[in-house]
Amino acid sequence: MKWNGWGYNDSKFIFNKKGQAEFTGKRYRLGGMVLPTFKEWIEKTFGASLEHKTTSRASLNVNDVPPSIVNEEFLQDLRATKISYSQDAEDRVFRAHGHCLHEIFVLREGMFKRIPDIVVWPVCHEDVVKIVELACKHNLCIIPFGGGTSVSSALECPEEEKRTIVSLDTSQMLAESGFCTGHEPDSMEFSSLGGWVATRASGMKKNIYGNIEDLVIHIKMVTPRGIVEKNCQVPRMSTGPDIHHFIMGSEGTLGVVTEVTIKIRPLPEYQKYGSVVFPNFERGVACLREVAKQVKKSWMLASLKNTNFSTRRVLMVQCFWQLITKGFLSLQFKGFDPNILCVATLLFEGDREKVLQHEKQVYDIATKFGGLAAGEDNGQRGYMLTFVIAYLRDLGLDYYVIGESFETSVPWDRVLDLCRNVKERIVRECKEKGVQFAPLSTCRVTQTYDAGACVYFYFAFNYRGISDPIHVYEQIERAAREEILANGGSLSHHHGVGKLRKRWMKESISDVGLGMLRSVKEYVDPNNIFGNKNLL
Amino acid sequence: MSKKRDEFEDILEERRLSSDLRYAMKCYTPVIYKGLSPCKPNAIKSAVLQSEQVQYVIKQLAKEMGESPDIIQEEATEILDEMGHSMQLGAVRFFAFTLSKIFKQLFQRVCVNEEGMQRLQHAIQEHPVVLLPSHRSYVDFLMLSYLLYTYDLALPVIAAGIDFLGMKIVGELLRRAGAFFMRRSFGGNRLYWAVFAEYVKTMLRSGYAPIEFFLEGTRSRTAKTLTPKFGLLSIVMEPFFKREVFDTYLVPISISYERILEESLYAYELLGVPKPKESTSGLLKARRILSDSFGTIHIYVGQPVSLRTLASGRINRCPYNLVPRHLPQKPSEDIQEFVSDVAYKMELLQIENMVLSPWVLVAAVLLQNLPAMDFELLIEKTLWLKGLTQTFGGFIEWPDNLCAKKAVMSGLTLHSNIARLVDGHVVLNDKGVEDGAVGEIVFKRALAILMCATYRNQLLNVFVRPSLVAVALQMTRSFRKEEVYSCFSFLRDVFSDEFIFFPGISLKDFEEGCFLLTKCDAIQTSQQEIYPTDKGSVIVSFLSTMFRPFVEGYQLIFRYLSKETKEVFTEKQFIPGVRNFVFQLLEKGNTQCYEALSSDMQKNALAALVQLGAVKKKKMSNGFTYNVNQEAVNKILDMFDARIPVQKPVAARL
Repeated sequence: MKWNGWGYNDSKFIFNKKGQAEFTGKRYRLGGMVLPTFKEWIEKTFGASLEHKTTSRASLNVNDVPPSIVNEEFLQDLRATKISYSQDAEDRVFRAHGHCLHEIFVLREGMFKRIPDIVVWPVCHEDVVKIVELACKHNLCIIPFGGGTSVSSALECPEEEKRTIVSLDTSQMLAESGFCTGHEPDSMEFSSLGGWVATRASGMKKNIYGNIEDLVIHIKMVTPRGIVEKNCQVPRMSTGPDIHHFIMGSEGTLGVVTEVTIKIRPLPEYQKYGSVVFPNFERGVACLREVAKQVKKSWMLASLKNTNFSTRRVLMVQCFWQLITKGFLSLQFKGFDPNILCVATLLFEGDREKVLQHEKQVYDIATKFGGLAAGEDNGQRGYMLTFVIAYLRDLGLDYYVIGESFETSVPWDRVLDLCRNVKERIVRECKEKGVQFAPLSTCRVTQTYDAGACVYFYFAFNYRGISDPIHVYEQIERAAREEILANGGSLSHHHGVGKLRKRWMKESISDVGLGMLRSVKEYVDPNNIFGNKNLL
Repeated sequence: MSKKRDEFEDILEERRLSSDLRYAMKCYTPVIYKGLSPCKPNAIKSAVLQSEQVQYVIKQLAKEMGESPDIIQEEATEILDEMGHSMQLGAVRFFAFTLSKIFKQLFQRVCVNEEGMQRLQHAIQEHPVVLLPSHRSYVDFLMLSYLLYTYDLALPVIAAGIDFLGMKIVGELLRRAGAFFMRRSFGGNRLYWAVFAEYVKTMLRSGYAPIEFFLEGTRSRTAKTLTPKFGLLSIVMEPFFKREVFDTYLVPISISYERILEESLYAYELLGVPKPKESTSGLLKARRILSDSFGTIHIYVGQPVSLRTLASGRINRCPYNLVPRHLPQKPSEDIQEFVSDVAYKMELLQIENMVLSPWVLVAAVLLQNLPAMDFELLIEKTLWLKGLTQTFGGFIEWPDNLCAKKAVMSGLTLHSNIARLVDGHVVLNDKGVEDGAVGEIVFKRALAILMCATYRNQLLNVFVRPSLVAVALQMTRSFRKEEVYSCFSFLRDVFSDEFIFFPGISLKDFEEGCFLLTKCDAIQTSQQEIYPTDKGSVIVSFLSTMFRPFVEGYQLIFRYLSKETKEVFTEKQFIPGVRNFVFQLLEKGNTQCYEALSSDMQKNALAALVQLGAVKKKKMSNGFTYNVNQEAVNKILDMFDARIPVQKPVAARL
């Protein structure tokens, strides 16, 4: 794993000797593939140049790392439990952050002011119970850690925390299953089940399998007050408000999720990718809305992206080659403007007959909205791309380009307006904040529901000439979030609140709503042992 | 203090040099909104008809009235056909040609700030634009379209009163030039409201064309800015509130006339001789004015104001996020207040950029020196007033090298129907005075004074803050700031329909008034006191005299109402009643306040009493009725006559 970027050490975008972009490693289908126009694209879009390069520190400078302060009595008690632990600087830094832009930036060029003092690796529920008991006894602060893929500053240690901070790493607690859960967030390879539960996660295939709240049957959580769980494993029960909903999305403020029972399904018998090209984003959205309305409990998932200035368009260069042989010319004849056309990628899973039936239904609807089938390969590529898109940021960082994605959910009738306004706001704010190059500001629809959709925004800019790019970036992201809220979008669809979006909680769930959550926290964890300061 | 304003260009100059026909047939490729997908006027109508908004209301009404939706849909179609414009380039070219001819005949110059046009051009491309011109004449909207055509900008669609449709041919011509027609009142008609609002919003959202309407709602007969109407403004603001557009530009435009085409019509109308119905033959008769000259027009296109900027931090977004956007939604109180603030802000911007001609100063001086004034003295006073006006931020367009005498002279020539020079004295042109009966003399005199006042009135909104401080100083006969402020605040409330005040900032207005008076050395202020300086008494007395017609006029009207014996009356009964009352006083020579005959002032005074709670206004099936609380009116009258001190809680910190 990279210590200062996303994902595996061997997988990344580089510029090869010929100056062409290439994705290294063999883990992804994209591995080894050359992207000949990528260089031109990055230069044109951001005004970036291969000559202007920033370099990250090659490795962690151990001397910069804040010292580990742990009292000896606790260490004695901990040793007695035989739970493995570490006070090593690298282990602690690795668990001091998620994957927000500013966190990665700090890793590359600076150091966190506060990091965990000690990392513990419990292997079972009992271990966690012991650790929480010790923490209560010695008045320590516990920050649970799953996959470390948070993008909400949830893992950052509160600077003013004076107590010893224990990072409780749960990533080793998941065993191999052999079935499929159907839950596939973009960070699937790196995130953890406990993390999914704690943040109310969502995955790409949610239309087929559901979001985490639809998958979970039972949760066991260790809290300072004791253990919370239900008495049975039933599909549904009516026993007042569902206590699972206090846990899902609690973001590590209440306790540690130690056991989760989730629904599993046999691996799908049949899987088929597909893609549709639409003349523009508006038609694409209208089509997805219609599909959401007509195709019951959809057996497919769709994501839609305006290819204008998009990274995907570049990455799909090779796809376009295939498109040409498959009929790109005919697309042009039909009057598609390549600058504004948009692609929907599709995945159907299930038994063969149903898949084919639904596939036909979806393509029929798409035709009505001016869509043209663009082949299975494009669909599959689009799907794979979701997993490697996170690697792109690290490449940008080497060339003065910083960027991030953020998401929201929005009712159908506001999707287009919200997308347009947020993109425009980003462009405007960049101008006002003195960003000298036009930013990349684009979006895609990644999830569809009956009542609305989840929208992702991608925002990046070349920061040459700006003294404090992270601050500027954060101001712009904040403005973009304001814009989202003003357009009737949510604070978050699945990234969670963490510390990054706390300021809008009151507006999002009302005073009383916030009070309800606070009173739960006060009862469950009166001494704020789980003191990561997320959410509330 | 006066901020830098743009230079003017005369657009008629070019027209006098080259062919009008070629100009009308020029290649017209206007600058348009960047997000525009071009469509035909009929496509807009059908989009409106099919919109979720209109369909929702149709279904609702069908359910409530037990009618078939088809019938109501039919009705909506008819409304749309009556309302909708059908802009055609042919008609535009026709107007371009004929208006060139007419304007050249009528006006010496038509001056435009080109920088404003450039800003407008930029704005039109960026976001939907709403043009908000001042309204003094029918020429306003013709001129504005003409201007945009000249500068190759997208032609606006214009909200016009339905009465234009009464004019054969012309109504349809205007329709083809981009006018759409709204009924005068349709508050109760939900279908009409839905169709109208959606029609306007559809054009705005798609950036089809700049939308133009008059905040004042109608032509101001007095040349004094009318208090704004909010209906259309709130319609054009809604797409932004609902975030259907990223932003909307509001562009205040000030159009001022050296001589107003309708000046005498207005004066007759104010005196109760009814307004001629718009008719084509009437227009043809008006042709004889073609032989007359109407001087220069100044059009100042103000800085486009971003609605987004105005709204930032002010709008609670919740109400719009919790209701599907196609459902009709009554604006919250917050929103209504915001709309009202924006309306006043726009009107104040119009006033700020309104060009004042030398004649306006002459008229103001002359009205204080009736029946006759020495010509040399008039020139001297006019120059003096010019300085004062500039100190107060007035925008005087005084040709650089023109000496005062010539300026006054040219004003007198242009307005020879109002005043003339006789034996070194300037007198009002109320000819026929000698021969008529007393009543006729009063009427003729009133006519001349009201016409003259139309020009002085253009100064009033620039002068109102310092002047009301001056009036308050005289009324209270006290130097205590608190008392003066109470009185100022009272006057401001009473005159809230007469002059344009931004809502709720009485203290700020007072401070501004004091500041301006201090600036021209008329007063000195300390922590607790305000007192006129020695040389300031001239200014203070000039200012209060300037507003005396209003103070006296209101007193007369209030006095009439305090004696009104009828329990309940309508506006139709009130106006002739008060007119007779004032008329008799004038005949007897008991007052010299001719302006109290103006129906505009009478209506405003009544509205003021309604706002002050001394008159109750009730909505009946056939309009509004009024009900006077005599005691309350008497009390206000006493305060006005300075018999009792103004009783009003003083603002906490002066």
